[in-house]
Amino acid sequence: MQARQRDSLLVASLKDSLGAAVITFALAVVMVGLRVDVASGRGAELFLENRWLAVAVAVVVVFAGRFAMNIFFWKRDDPPSLNFSGLLPEGGIGERSSKAIKYGLLVLAVVLPFALMFWLGARGSRQYIDLAILVLTYVMLGWGLNIVVGLAGLLDLGYVAFYAVGAYSYALLAHYFGLSFWLCLPLAGILAAFWGIILGFPVLRLRGDYLAIVTLAFGEIIRVVLLNWYEFTGGPNGLSGIPRPSFFGLEFTRGEGGFANFFGLDYSSIHRIIFLYYLIFALALFTNFVTMRLRRMPIGRAWEALREDEIACRALGINTTTTKLTAFALGAMFAGFAGSFFATRQGFISPESFTFLESAIILAIVVLGGLGSQIGVVIAAIVMIGGFELFREFDQYRMLVFGMIMVVIMVWKPRGLISSRTPSVALSKNVKGISADLVQEGRG
Amino acid sequence: MNTWDNNPVLKVEHLTMRFGGLTAINDLSFNVGRGDITALIGPNGAGKTTVFNCITGFYKPTEGRLVMNRSSDEKHLLERMSDFKITADAKVARTFQNIRLFGGMTILENLMVAQHNRLMIASNWTIGGLLGLGGYRKSNLDAIETARYWLERIELIDRADAPAADLSYGDQRRLEIARAMCTGPELLCLDEPAAGLNPKESLELNNLLQYIRKEHDTSVVLIEHDMSVVMEISDHVVVLDYGVKISDGTPEFVKNDPHVIAAYLGVEDGEVELVEEEVGL
Repeated sequence: MQARQRDSLLVASLKDSLGAAVITFALAVVMVGLRVDVASGRGAELFLENRWLAVAVAVVVVFAGRFAMNIFFWKRDDPPSLNFSGLLPEGGIGERSSKAIKYGLLVLAVVLPFALMFWLGARGSRQYIDLAILVLTYVMLGWGLNIVVGLAGLLDLGYVAFYAVGAYSYALLAHYFGLSFWLCLPLAGILAAFWGIILGFPVLRLRGDYLAIVTLAFGEIIRVVLLNWYEFTGGPNGLSGIPRPSFFGLEFTRGEGGFANFFGLDYSSIHRIIFLYYLIFALALFTNFVTMRLRRMPIGRAWEALREDEIACRALGINTTTTKLTAFALGAMFAGFAGSFFATRQGFISPESFTFLESAIILAIVVLGGLGSQIGVVIAAIVMIGGFELFREFDQYRMLVFGMIMVVIMVWKPRGLISSRTPSVALSKNVKGISADLVQEGRG
Repeated sequence: MNTWDNNPVLKVEHLTMRFGGLTAINDLSFNVGRGDITALIGPNGAGKTTVFNCITGFYKPTEGRLVMNRSSDEKHLLERMSDFKITADAKVARTFQNIRLFGGMTILENLMVAQHNRLMIASNWTIGGLLGLGGYRKSNLDAIETARYWLERIELIDRADAPAADLSYGDQRRLEIARAMCTGPELLCLDEPAAGLNPKESLELNNLLQYIRKEHDTSVVLIEHDMSVVMEISDHVVVLDYGVKISDGTPEFVKNDPHVIAAYLGVEDGEVELVEEEVGL
């Protein structure tokens, strides 16, 4: 028997590239090459447009690219050693730099509105402060969901439902009873937590994928109820004229008794925006403070233990049902706070704002940031929400870039940007983070 | 009279466990003496782990009663309690055949989680602790002290802040026992604690169990295949085969019991009929 002759580098590369080109052609000929369009000017007639040039370009690009990769890297016996991972920080972001990032971001967040005002003026900075408010809202939601998904390991795909409960709690209480924002903020949190418990009770017997599916369904139920209960919630028209928050009783209005008047400033609409910015900043910091504190308490350790091994938890006398419920309720409560903030910021809410896509984005922020990592959530929210808005000009390519960023992050760091776990208690002073390989992701 | 009949910490009465048509345990009764180390032995598939799962509430027995006599004279009917209540209220702790540590948490954290219930009360169900009220801070330090004590006992104090998954197999076994002890149990159920240990580790385990029994007033029930461990440290041996108790007594008695020898080693051809008659075949 004679061993099979090995193809030379050139032949092997050509063969492989041709294969790829054929596959590209087969896919592109229908998906790219043919396009159904509505003819303008000739009524609403459908006609078939063909774009063979685009197909040819796709095939040539794939062939050439694949050929180049083959001949320079894949098929060579001595591929040049290009260490791409060396370009990125070793092991993700280290403990010290993580701390530096943390304080850097905190200082940046504090001075941001004034810095923007200084450089861009009231008119120019408004859109950026608005964007920062949006990012901070998602940071807060991410931190809230981190309790449920990151710490307790319960995969919740319906998190936006509690955001909706919070938003509608405030909107409806203001609409029907004329209650103020500051009174409704805690009420919205309590109501959301209450719904978290109600939904959690039947659901938390389920584990893993089943839990995810049922939470997804519950999220949709809340949205559909809001959509269809026309008499009460306004249905698809939503609720408008939601009152704005006041600053210790001072409204952000022009004239006598307003915020600007009281402090002797010239009236500007930017005052309210800056106030909203610091409001959501404070709410987000509160979320973070409570979460970090709980992590060091028995309940927080029980959540993490639950994520690691539920059966062992039961063998240690931990009531896993109530432990899961508290995680669910607390996560929901923070979503409720964020929701009522959202309502007061927008002044108008409708069920459109609480679709499954929102849940998916919040979950993506938590997963990309690294399950259980607070600073990771911040970075992920800035990259995802901030990046998404900044690339608005790219229009249709925006989603493409968005998807590619997510894929790249997940390939580079499968466990999220910051994946090491900091122990909640330690005997020695210098404690190293626990590598993500050892930490369980939780199965509900 | 022996301790197990005189002063039982746990009474297993007519325990039966059926899974569909399979009877895993059939009308099993035995006592566990207070302060004793009781070994539950038997060939593979005899139903030992099922007995454990019934005692610790992971299975609900089909029939029978499990009475836990706390040293405070409280009685608990374990078959009516849910698994976490059995640990929390009846003070029965267990370990698992396939070790179940919280691998991504440090060794110290593992021991802190085990003291969950005590700390929850001290922190007024989190609210007091969150506000910094009450004796939570002190209780937390006490809990760390308890953990430190057990870490010194199992000689893992130097690695307290390392993740539990990084430990060697033998260390993980000892940590799991220490973690169970941190719940403050009166009865400790160990499922094959010596499985996979080398002779030195096995010896350390024996010492640890003797220490627990002596210093902590904790009775121990263990499932074990390693006869050297069983014969050396246990005060009382219960032998199961096919879900039925075939022998019950001191290690000396069990060692020489023909039923046990038959179950483990088989019998000579001439005696088959005799044995079959005895077991009712």
